[in-house]
Amino acid sequence: MSDDINVNQLINEMASAIQLHTTSHAYDAPLMIGIKTGGAWIAKQLHQQLGYNDPLGELNIAFYRDDFSTLGMHPEVSPSQLPTDVNNRHIILVDDVLYTGRTIRAAMNEIFDYGRPASITLAVLVNRSGRELPIQADITGKTMLLKEGEHVKLLGPEPLTLSIDNAKSTGT
Amino acid sequence: MTGNTIQLDKNGNLKHFLTTEGLSQSLLQKILDHAESFASVGERAVKKVPLLRGKTIANLFFEPSTRTRTTFELAAKRLSADILNLNIATSATSKGETLSDTLHTLEAMHCDMFVVRHANSGAAHYIATQVAPHISVINAGDGRHAHPTQAMLDMFTIRRHKPDFSKLRVAIVGDILHSRVARSEIHALNTLGVLETRIIAPHTLIPKDVENLGVQVYHDMDQGLDGVDVVMMLRLQKERMTGALLPSEYEYFQRYGLTSKRLEKANPDAIVMHPGPINRGVEIDSDVADGERSVILQQVSHGIAVRMAVMAMTMGRNPENAGATE
Repeated sequence: MSDDINVNQLINEMASAIQLHTTSHAYDAPLMIGIKTGGAWIAKQLHQQLGYNDPLGELNIAFYRDDFSTLGMHPEVSPSQLPTDVNNRHIILVDDVLYTGRTIRAAMNEIFDYGRPASITLAVLVNRSGRELPIQADITGKTMLLKEGEHVKLLGPEPLTLSIDNAKSTGT
Repeated sequence: MTGNTIQLDKNGNLKHFLTTEGLSQSLLQKILDHAESFASVGERAVKKVPLLRGKTIANLFFEPSTRTRTTFELAAKRLSADILNLNIATSATSKGETLSDTLHTLEAMHCDMFVVRHANSGAAHYIATQVAPHISVINAGDGRHAHPTQAMLDMFTIRRHKPDFSKLRVAIVGDILHSRVARSEIHALNTLGVLETRIIAPHTLIPKDVENLGVQVYHDMDQGLDGVDVVMMLRLQKERMTGALLPSEYEYFQRYGLTSKRLEKANPDAIVMHPGPINRGVEIDSDVADGERSVILQQVSHGIAVRMAVMAMTMGRNPENAGATE
């Protein structure tokens, strides 16, 4: 639907913004972690562009979701992979769409079960309306005002495109 | 007692885990996939995820057990559930309380899951029919019938070493007659589509209904081990032996004990498994049990991941589908 949004262009802009952010905060050797699956696709490209030495981390937040008791086990659970120690590291946490904020809360809880990072910076491709928790992005590719029931979804991994639909509660 | 009707909810999700018999290949693979995710939890700084926070699990062990009970306990704790260990043999039942009264007492304490070990075949199944609809029951071994989580942790261990079940020849050696582990393994192996399942045992330790199990029967160990990829040893269950099923432990070892020499008959990369506890020098030589082909200790740690997977799957269902009428 939204062919006019160039995801790769947004990622390039995010990479520059992350570079600026980490330099101005004097973050030494940031560690990038993408949230599966969409966030990990974006993180992969950012990680490449920024030339980070440490391998990219991937987080599956299925075990930390707050809707487990109503939705049950997430059907596709492939494990998280954080190959590098997170203790005292500056983390760039990447996700595709920031909506309610619940995914980010779950991701931060999970990161803290691996260790105590020095800081977490949140970078998202799409920052959409509808927050339910006090969580904000530090770096945003695109801001969207969407109504309840409207959904934006990243399709990928090749090519990366954004699809917006307004079907009522398609539920992802 | 295939019990799919009781094990699955109306959407085909696992509600109770009582036996591997009759479950689909995709469901068994799903258990293994989830266990793979949970295995990584044990390798982290904080070996805990908040999935079952606020749930209460009761370990009901009517028969002694160390490794099964402790790995269930650890699995529950790593999922952040609260766990009660009830040693029933020394508690209310010995004061004359009936089983169903004990169960209803525990229900009144708002337990969400019972993990049941019992000397009688069918005990877990019976309990599953008695409990309130929101409670899940996991069979941690019932008599000679089934021990499904042990079977699945064995499948998990096999899959980690040899991912393609369809190419595998598996030999189960020893006391098949008394072994709930063997029964559950045979059902799981056949459902997962192994090339061949063999059982190797003396006539006296093979169950009468063996033809229905879909296995090749061997009485000679050297023949039975020829070309297999996995050797699953069983414990000689002295406590379940009645009558003269065996001449002597010494003679049993001579004919059915796994030694490094015997293991040469199997494929060079064959793995050796044992559900524990091991009777060294009775069914397996220490050389082999501690040798490089042995994956016995891996089985124990995989047991935690598999039990986490089963607990999460049975409790993590949409309550609307949980079987209660809408």
